[in-house]
Amino acid sequence: MSIARLLLRELLKGPRTLPRPAADPLGLDHLGHSLGQRARASLGRSLRIREIDAGSCNGCELEIHAVNGPVYDLERFGIHFVASPRHADVLLVTGPVSANMAQAVQRTYDAAPSPKWVVAMGDCAQDGGCFAGNDAVLGGVAALLPVDLVIPGCPPSPQKLLSGLLALLEAVATRGVGTPAAAEAADRAEPQ
Amino acid sequence: MEDGLLRTLESGRPVGGHRPWPRFALDERGWRSLIERLAVADWALLGLWAEASEVHAALMDGASGDIAVASLATQERRFPSLSSVRPGAVRLERSIQDLFGLSAEGLTDPRPWLDHGRWPARAPLAFSRGAPPDGPVVYPFLPVEGEGLHQIPVGPVHAGIIEPGHFRFTCAGETVVRLEARLGYAHKGVEAQMAGKTLAEAARVAGRISGDSTVAYAIAFARAAEAATSTETPARAHWLRALFAELERIANHILDIGAICNDAAFPFMLAQATVLREQILQANETCFGHRLLMDRVIPGGVAADVTREAGSILKGLVKELRKRVRRLGELYDDMPSLQDRTVGTGIIKAALAHRFGAGGFVGRAASRAVDVRKTPGYAPYEDLDFDIPVRPEGDVNARVWVRIDEIQASLSLIEQILERMPGGPLVKPIPTRGGEGMALVEGFRGDILLWLRLSEVGRVVRCHPRDPSWFQWPLLEAAIEGNIVADFPLCNKSFNCSYSGVDL
Repeated sequence: MSIARLLLRELLKGPRTLPRPAADPLGLDHLGHSLGQRARASLGRSLRIREIDAGSCNGCELEIHAVNGPVYDLERFGIHFVASPRHADVLLVTGPVSANMAQAVQRTYDAAPSPKWVVAMGDCAQDGGCFAGNDAVLGGVAALLPVDLVIPGCPPSPQKLLSGLLALLEAVATRGVGTPAAAEAADRAEPQ
Repeated sequence: MEDGLLRTLESGRPVGGHRPWPRFALDERGWRSLIERLAVADWALLGLWAEASEVHAALMDGASGDIAVASLATQERRFPSLSSVRPGAVRLERSIQDLFGLSAEGLTDPRPWLDHGRWPARAPLAFSRGAPPDGPVVYPFLPVEGEGLHQIPVGPVHAGIIEPGHFRFTCAGETVVRLEARLGYAHKGVEAQMAGKTLAEAARVAGRISGDSTVAYAIAFARAAEAATSTETPARAHWLRALFAELERIANHILDIGAICNDAAFPFMLAQATVLREQILQANETCFGHRLLMDRVIPGGVAADVTREAGSILKGLVKELRKRVRRLGELYDDMPSLQDRTVGTGIIKAALAHRFGAGGFVGRAASRAVDVRKTPGYAPYEDLDFDIPVRPEGDVNARVWVRIDEIQASLSLIEQILERMPGGPLVKPIPTRGGEGMALVEGFRGDILLWLRLSEVGRVVRCHPRDPSWFQWPLLEAAIEGNIVADFPLCNKSFNCSYSGVDL
């Protein structure tokens, strides 16, 4: 079948994109304290995400691909995955953080400009999941970086991932309380 | 005529309680003569793994189809390496050295592999764990010499959303002279994590060794556990497992075909593929309760059934997919600008695929017609009618076509399964007893081998999963040679090897 006919078919059919899910209320509560006034000014309603696989099984990555596709269409909300941490507002980290990835994760974090937020995606990133307790992993993102939002699940469904990220976006855009966890952490300790 | 595999190994001592294939304990002389035989014999290395003071090699005789495991009790923490006669053994032996502190004598590449010098102790699976490392390993990449060469280091954090790994390109202008991959970044101690666990706990971990192949790994673990305990799995469970496995195969193939075309600057195909994949995952969720079908296969059977309603959803899905995948195949065939990128790119020679024992679509697109659903075969595939697509060219285009044809074959399998699935119970409880079991299961990437030893109280003593990618990753380095850097994403995606599955 020719590309012209396929394109025409898609045009006549209308979008395949699902309606917007509600922002995750739990996520909103959780984020209330971690987002700053300056974020609103600097970000508007746009978030740039750098994904880091810190030893995941690739399950979370599959669902990230899904939210990037036409059915969930993350970009309609102004949320966009970027190739470099230099362009990122958010680091989306998956996996239990393997010891072999810890330095790369830290360097990626350090390379992202402030203000920045860290989202731990999936049960492994939350607390190590079924790999918790193993010497080869740190057992969750919080063991290495200040985490602003956790999206649990194994893996989290695209709907959950989307509503978690929307919660982050709304909190950044509309709330003016607190400071990012990163800034709080920086107040506590000098970065290495 | 020379002796076959079984006759050769019978010089060793047969080890009881290893199912379904025999295992033989060799002495060092027997192991060395096995290596000599391997230099001339057409026996595929299916896997190579260790315990604290033993190494095991699983082999398949190409002529008779016989499968057996050869074991060697290590003396003074060393064993003679198989790497000189089976290059696919190199990374497996490097991993054995790193994890068990055993030394592979004569290993053609003795550099560390999984151990980056960042674990709290060396040799985490040895009897007594090693000392803390001196510091991060400064990895000695292979030297490349020549005028005007430059290096491009990539990873472990990539520009796209993929698993972590490091690629070192050495280039002359735009042409890649050598690619060397360094992996191990996703190492999360899978084998250590499974030791001491109950079957249910370990099955959960097995389903997360490589999330895209969760069904295939869960089947491999379940089959190995059932073999070790001589459990007769209900027939309906076998058929449901095959249903889940074929849904997983199609979902992965579709996404990869889209992603390959996307890497050749044709995103329309990826958009189409993503929509189709989403239909499958939503059907999985509706019919079986998990989008990727995690934890639906359990030791002893399955944890989900097909209701009448689910059956009609799946039948509709198959019909729709058959039509739309055929259209996408025609579209792919109809785009000269796409073919221009994929035809003749990233070629694997048949001899190389054979030397490394590469399975899956990587092997089958380079003439190596191996599919463990057919040989040795397992339930219910002997009752199902399907063809194994094979192509000789070994390029990106051949890998795309093998996968398109495999999707159609899997759709037909799903129809047959829905039509003819026997009734009966879904699960038979696994009795608490010890034993050793091995399983070979065809995941979407190729054959997964899983070896399991259970204690008398039914806990995992040792589990070793061998991902198909162990024997495919080294071929990627050969495929890219002489291609331009810009074609690497295309070649890499056409392989889509697992990082998590081999980093363990």
